[in-house]
Amino acid sequence: MLTMLRTSHRVLPGFSLGMSFTLFYLSVLVLIPLAACFTKAFSLTASQFWAAAWNPRALAAYRFSFFVSLAAALSSLILGMLIAWVLVRYEFPLKRLFDSLIDLPFALPTAVAGLVYSSLYVKKGWLGQYLVPLGIEGAYSRFAVVLVLTFLGIPFVVRTLQPVLEGLESDTEEAALMLGATRGQTFLRVIFPLLLPALITGFALSIARSLGEYGSVVFVSSNKPFQTEIAPVLVVAELEGFAYAEATAIAVVLLVISFTMLVAINLLERWSSRHDA
Amino acid sequence: MHNPSAITSTRAAQAASHATRDPLIVQWTLTATAIATITLLIVVPVASVFYQAFADGAASYWNNLVNDADTWHAIKLTLIVAPIAVASNVVFGLAAAWTIARFRFPGRTILTALIDLPFSVSPVVAGLMLVLIFGLRGYLGPWLREHDVEIIFALPGLILATAFVTLPFVARELIPVMEAIGPEEEIAAVSLGARSWQIFSRITLPNIKWGLLYGIILCNARAMGEFGAVYVVSGHIAGRTDTMPLRVEKLFQESNNAGSFAVASLLMSLALVTLVVKVALERKTRCDLAEAAQLTDVGAEA
Repeated sequence: MLTMLRTSHRVLPGFSLGMSFTLFYLSVLVLIPLAACFTKAFSLTASQFWAAAWNPRALAAYRFSFFVSLAAALSSLILGMLIAWVLVRYEFPLKRLFDSLIDLPFALPTAVAGLVYSSLYVKKGWLGQYLVPLGIEGAYSRFAVVLVLTFLGIPFVVRTLQPVLEGLESDTEEAALMLGATRGQTFLRVIFPLLLPALITGFALSIARSLGEYGSVVFVSSNKPFQTEIAPVLVVAELEGFAYAEATAIAVVLLVISFTMLVAINLLERWSSRHDA
Repeated sequence: MHNPSAITSTRAAQAASHATRDPLIVQWTLTATAIATITLLIVVPVASVFYQAFADGAASYWNNLVNDADTWHAIKLTLIVAPIAVASNVVFGLAAAWTIARFRFPGRTILTALIDLPFSVSPVVAGLMLVLIFGLRGYLGPWLREHDVEIIFALPGLILATAFVTLPFVARELIPVMEAIGPEEEIAAVSLGARSWQIFSRITLPNIKWGLLYGIILCNARAMGEFGAVYVVSGHIAGRTDTMPLRVEKLFQESNNAGSFAVASLLMSLALVTLVVKVALERKTRCDLAEAAQLTDVGAEA
């Protein structure tokens, strides 16, 4: 196969055409815009950049973004692990339907998710009418943001975990049982460590997704500066005030964070695939 | 008849199923919690969108979609922007997958990573980058104004933003498919004197068609539903640059709940159709793989 590929370099047509189009398209759509963003940021002096990217309002926005993303990734992790376990291990009616529905957050426009989540949890909403009297504010609150980000994060955890759970050999669990482990011990000491790489990957993917999210959060959050404003909302607010430099400085901070996450996720995936082998 | 290895294997299977089975009470509790979670987080919102869209009856629903000129324009605009963005990403996906899956060259891993990059950029930042280049005060702003070209707050900006956000979908789907199929058939075609176009249309395309379709439907779902990037470059001019998701937001801001949910119900239907096609395609590719495996088995036996 590998020798085939090496020879194919000479035999198959279309390398230079494919390569030049790929590079052209990537440059126009991705590389040049990214370069423009960093050029703009570098045209600021250090103190200007600092004032724009590191002022109290921006810091509050990073902190809120980080806090809600972390909380949402944690709850996605727990719920996603539960759902993946049940889908792989147990049989129940309509299982395939529930399994396919897990992907809905991938396919659903985030504006629709935001719209419906904000309407469900207000005082007169389907769920809010029971929850608001109990003091649970599921709309226009911190909890609301975590809730909608959990909705978006769950499929990442379920879909990274499912193949690993399916691939677990029953003989490891069998051996644990024969050696006198209880079911609980088997899970904690045998199964859980095997799932750990996939769990961390799913967790990282869902954090990365949450940090950049805009469409759904803008609906369910009250978007109050210093309180419930996520960083992307602040970027839009600066842009709408024509403060391009400020918006760019915050965007560069976000870009650096997401590229770090991207590298981390790639390393994790490489680590976990080496783990499997 | 009773061969001993068969007996041990059944016993082993029994022991295994015993070892991997949780107590019934645990099974029931976990299953109930999982179903409740999926119901609350996914099923209830789906039902609620359609319920609220039709709350005032079907006539009012129809009226909200067709007789509101701005909503109608938003639907048409989405049906222009998404297909153009998807089509250009299909061409890109084919070119990138052919280059990456069929050739070895230095920087191949970096190129693959670059294709994934738009997934990790916040959509809002993607929109901002376009504004910095093409906006009135952007790098090309003065030149564009001189030549009367509108990109930001106009159709080209919407297409660029959508294409950026959905760039990885098709390429990402095609690269593993083409790598799995291997170059043998194409090399054979070349040695038999086929032209490039013949190789592509007779061999490559039929081989990758299901993977390609899979990439297209996922790309399309995201393209029609994109909000953040489009929000930044559109300028929200009702009846001119509002796409369907932007229209949902605007109607919501205007407290026109029925109208907002009517548009949302169309987008929700799109998501549900996407899921159904996705499941069907996954089943189809699994069958194809099984068939191919059977064929190789038969071939090996013969």
